[in-house]
Amino acid sequence: MNDDSVIRTRGLTKYFGRKAAVYELDLDVPHGCVFAFLGRNGSGKTTTIRMLMGLLAPTRGTGTILGQNIRALTPEIRARIGYLTEEHQLYGWMKVKDCGEFQSKFFPKWNSKIFNGVIGHFGLKPAARVKDLSRGERAGLCLALTLAQEPELLMLDDPGLGLDPVARRALVESMIYLTRKSDRTIFFSSHHLSDVERVADYVAVFDRSILRACCPLEKFQDSVQQVRLRFPGAPPALPQIPGLLQAIRTDNELRVTCVGYNGATESILRTLSPLELEPVPLGLEDAFISYLGERGEKTFILSELEAKA
Amino acid sequence: MPDPNSKLTDSPTRFLFSNRFSLPFRPECTSCISTVTVPITFNIKTGSTTPIYKQITDQVRLGVSTGRLAVGDQLPSVRALAEELVVNPNTVARAYGDLMREGLLESRAGRGVFITQKRKVFSRAEGWRRLEPLLEQLIGEAMILDFTREELRAAFEEKLAKWKQPEGGKSDE
Repeated sequence: MNDDSVIRTRGLTKYFGRKAAVYELDLDVPHGCVFAFLGRNGSGKTTTIRMLMGLLAPTRGTGTILGQNIRALTPEIRARIGYLTEEHQLYGWMKVKDCGEFQSKFFPKWNSKIFNGVIGHFGLKPAARVKDLSRGERAGLCLALTLAQEPELLMLDDPGLGLDPVARRALVESMIYLTRKSDRTIFFSSHHLSDVERVADYVAVFDRSILRACCPLEKFQDSVQQVRLRFPGAPPALPQIPGLLQAIRTDNELRVTCVGYNGATESILRTLSPLELEPVPLGLEDAFISYLGERGEKTFILSELEAKA
Repeated sequence: MPDPNSKLTDSPTRFLFSNRFSLPFRPECTSCISTVTVPITFNIKTGSTTPIYKQITDQVRLGVSTGRLAVGDQLPSVRALAEELVVNPNTVARAYGDLMREGLLESRAGRGVFITQKRKVFSRAEGWRRLEPLLEQLIGEAMILDFTREELRAAFEEKLAKWKQPEGGKSDE
């Protein structure tokens, strides 16, 4: 579809036993963008990244990364990809500076200025032992080890995990710094939607092993819409609404959240003849939660709660 | 010598300094960090219902309409503003793009981004649509706080008198 894709998969699927961890994934990551990979825990994000890195054989389907088949990645291709794992694997007996020294031997474009810059940015001492580092410090060190490779493509698996707000800001700043070179692509998974809002051009939303959205960030935010309908009494039953995500019912109100709200959706809702129909703007976080939260109709009727109490 | 009370006021400054984005590996690129003093401080919130690019355009529009930004004022480059606000440069570029299409900003090759002649951005009807809810809110709050109509009118007049006339405002009829 797009020849400029840095990552492209078609029908990529991975089963663990009888359970699909990733199902029929079609993904295109454009060259030079910051791509956020979102989804709840256990939705298949890490499995996807491990398949893309050639660390896990797909059950079926195809994929390319930097134009090469993910089933046959050469060391040359791998050297162009900076991969930050979720676990921050490091050798505890090494000193911070030894880690850099060790890692540098594997990467021809190693840039020790970047390494020192990032460890400084995270307040790490070169002589500190890795086993004595805090979680955030380990994350900073791993990031330094990844960024100093000057990779064309960065694959960051939940880089913000367990970081304090200051360290996370340092992470986001480092990512923005990297976009200076327009040929860099950053692919990262995250649960921190405020960070995503700052840095991402594109978002992909993963839900229980299925890709449910993949589009520019603002398009995602625009297309998830909430409307509030007010009624004189109890709200009527809801008709079929295309793209319905959630409907929350209270004594005399109906809050409907759907994807791709448009004139047609509005006229369906108008047939319920509400007293008032008012669009409610959603932030990224609310849009995301209603997108991935429990679907269907929910009822919160105060009188019922009172009756139980 | 250290004043024990100074702790409270001291720490935020130290905090700011130590965490100022100054990756020492920032190489070649000092030229793209704009050195112009910009008469506007952007304030970006994440988690808002207003997308970041729109927060930027809104703040520039507000700056222009209040006169804080005058014709010929320079804004930071896309890159500089992105790093200052810690947002994706494409977001800033999109905001600037929108403002250029509206005729509020212009990019002068090799020199930067400038505020241009103020043009009428909104139709009168759209202007009213945006103003109405703010008036309602102002009056509502004032009533809750027990201000009299006279007090409110006087305060309003006083503020209005102090407001700087926007440059190029003559053409704004």
